[in-house]
Amino acid sequence: MSETTETGRRRKSYLLNMGPQHPAMHGVIRLVLELEGERILKSDAEIGYLHRAFEKHAETEPWNNVVPWTDRLNYVSPLINNAGFCLAVEKLAGIVVPERGQYLRMITSELSRVTDHLTCIGASAMELGAFTVFLYLIKAREYIYQLVDNITGARITTSYTRVGGVKGDLPEGFAERTREVFQKVRQAIKDSDLLLTKNRIFMDRMEGTGVISKEEAAAYGITGPFLRSTGVPYDVRRAHPYLLYDRVDFEVPVGTTGDNFDRYLCRMAELEQSMRIVEQCFDQIPAGKHSLEVSEMKDAFVFQDMGKGGQTALLKKYMAKVDQTLAESGRNYRPDILLQNPSFVMPAKEDTYGNIEGLMNHFETVMWTWGIKIPPGEVYSAVEGGNGELGFHIVSSGDDRPYRVRCRPPCLNPMAALEKILPGSYVADIVPTFGSVNMIAGELDR
Amino acid sequence: MTADRIFTAVKVALALAFGMNIAGLLGWVERKQSAVMQDRIGANRASIFGLRLIGLFHPIADALKMMTKEDFVPKNANRLLHAAAPMIALGFGLLCLAALPFGGTVTVAGRLWSLQPIESSVGLLFVLAMLSLGVHGVVMAGYASGSNYGLLGGLRGAAQMISYEVCLASTLAAAAFLYGTLDLQQMVRWQGHSLGGWLPAWGIFLQPLGFVLFLTAGAAETKRAPFDVPEGESEIVGYHVEYSGMKFGMFLISDFIESIVIAGLIATIYLGGWQVPWVTTLDGISGGILMLISFTVKVLLVLFLLMQIRWTLPRFRFDQVLDLGWKNILPLALFNFLATVWAVYLWGGR
Repeated sequence: MSETTETGRRRKSYLLNMGPQHPAMHGVIRLVLELEGERILKSDAEIGYLHRAFEKHAETEPWNNVVPWTDRLNYVSPLINNAGFCLAVEKLAGIVVPERGQYLRMITSELSRVTDHLTCIGASAMELGAFTVFLYLIKAREYIYQLVDNITGARITTSYTRVGGVKGDLPEGFAERTREVFQKVRQAIKDSDLLLTKNRIFMDRMEGTGVISKEEAAAYGITGPFLRSTGVPYDVRRAHPYLLYDRVDFEVPVGTTGDNFDRYLCRMAELEQSMRIVEQCFDQIPAGKHSLEVSEMKDAFVFQDMGKGGQTALLKKYMAKVDQTLAESGRNYRPDILLQNPSFVMPAKEDTYGNIEGLMNHFETVMWTWGIKIPPGEVYSAVEGGNGELGFHIVSSGDDRPYRVRCRPPCLNPMAALEKILPGSYVADIVPTFGSVNMIAGELDR
Repeated sequence: MTADRIFTAVKVALALAFGMNIAGLLGWVERKQSAVMQDRIGANRASIFGLRLIGLFHPIADALKMMTKEDFVPKNANRLLHAAAPMIALGFGLLCLAALPFGGTVTVAGRLWSLQPIESSVGLLFVLAMLSLGVHGVVMAGYASGSNYGLLGGLRGAAQMISYEVCLASTLAAAAFLYGTLDLQQMVRWQGHSLGGWLPAWGIFLQPLGFVLFLTAGAAETKRAPFDVPEGESEIVGYHVEYSGMKFGMFLISDFIESIVIAGLIATIYLGGWQVPWVTTLDGISGGILMLISFTVKVLLVLFLLMQIRWTLPRFRFDQVLDLGWKNILPLALFNFLATVWAVYLWGGR
């Protein structure tokens, strides 16, 4: 391509096809760049390489079955997606989760936010060549994943929430374990801080690159750290408190210039705030009946036999011991973490096996076309995801499955803004700018 | 006469072997040192009959893999230049090694043996010239690949390496002026005396600024992080993006060889070369061996330092590398040169 400028100089540009097979593009984004030398004249982002039809798929599944699909949205912070979807459904149904359940959702959401930010900072640092920092932060993330594994039984595909509550209570000694892990995480953050924040090379790469103004960011609908770096203190947790975020004390860190370095600093500050929230939750959370004596546990088949033998009165006294992979699943149906409303929540196993109402209730919630029914209507509910406002717009026709689910992925807007941010900068600037978008294809392409 | 020639040929061959072996070892060091820094174990699976030796066989496994891989040449590549580029990059790097003074001269069996492969009165210029010629390999690779990524990498490599040649040369000018010679062997000899009777008169003590500048410019010359702009694996993948198999392996090794050359130059010019501190007379077979060990240890120490830097710092941006070279290192190097000239004028050389 060549064109003649006003001064009569012939300007020559060429196309560079960056991605999807490119290390910085995570294999799922294609940037079509028009370059003059190293300078970017035009950039066009092509998305959709990880499109899995989440929204369409959600229409075919009963309400609770959508939760596992939300794990795959932002797979770095799945617990926030779980909570976000269930909050939207609950808002439509007009039900409120018991207090302990809400605290559990907050704890898990904030743990997820920490993993999200650790991944984002680590990956951006790695793409700038600071591989050591990446491994320090990923090690810290691994500790948190182990915590998540302890609560939910999975590291990434958590599927932790249900309509009306959460799947299981905290394991024993979780608060202490979390505090220990936070010490290690804080150490890793401190190490990375020493390696990056005052590092001249890192600052030169980040400062003044990928700049976006307040007005532009707002016009593109950008939220999250990307918006806060420009100085707008918009945080869904503060602006529209959900769960019990109005009871905890936390700060919303903001930047001033809206460049990559500010976004990095915002994320670093938010890590500490998220950990503070978790610690406050542990102080405030009402006690739950989550510890059982071993003598109260019986093998699942014994349990079943007791039910068949008509010893239904005994059933209430015991709890089913289940397969290791289902551990903790028997502790689901606790009134302090799950709403006790038969219209929306499955009855406890004790009731299913123990009395006829429980059994009928159980089948009503699982049978084809029965299930839980959310009243007809339309709702938009948002939570603060790792990247910004994660919204779910849900339409219900009163059926046992959603009529329509629309997800507002927070990283779509900064991706769209790239065509505004990138031109004029160098090819090398794509790496930190794209890194600070924290593009997660699962959420972007849905 | 013939014996001399044969001895020189043997020495050159040994110098090349030294380079290639340390390069192979560096592949292992890179893995293990980074692993230690990052709380990992590092590669340790390659084994011969179950013998693993903390992963020391990985360089061999790598070499075998490289040699047996498909040698892919893109359709719109210039075949001749595409094949020549890695040879040029590696060949000129290896040539530098032949001029390094691995040791001084020793008397064995009644005659003098020099442990420097090629004795030249302009050894320093020879090394710098060979390093400069090595740039052609990078440019050629980028140009001949027929890929925009390769071209970008080649252009970056050319700009960076040529800029840093200037910095290297102007830093070394001060050292050459101080020592009063361009002969690398003479430079090492000069550093044999001591300052105040106890401090070895090494370049690092007489030219501290020069040492830092040379280390920085040298790290940039080797195209390794934080100066790996021509490669920039997460940006443009690099000038060798269209290379595979052993041709790619040659680029990989040539980076290591360049590191060894830079480390060798630093050891020679700033760390007293083969001199052993506080030992004034080295002769005979044992003295020769001690010289070789001393030089090798110094080279390895510098390589360790370069590796440590490589795994600590993030990468510069292309224009920032050039800014650093032209606006910071070059003026400082010139200042260093002027200061050295003044000092030598006032206090005299040795």
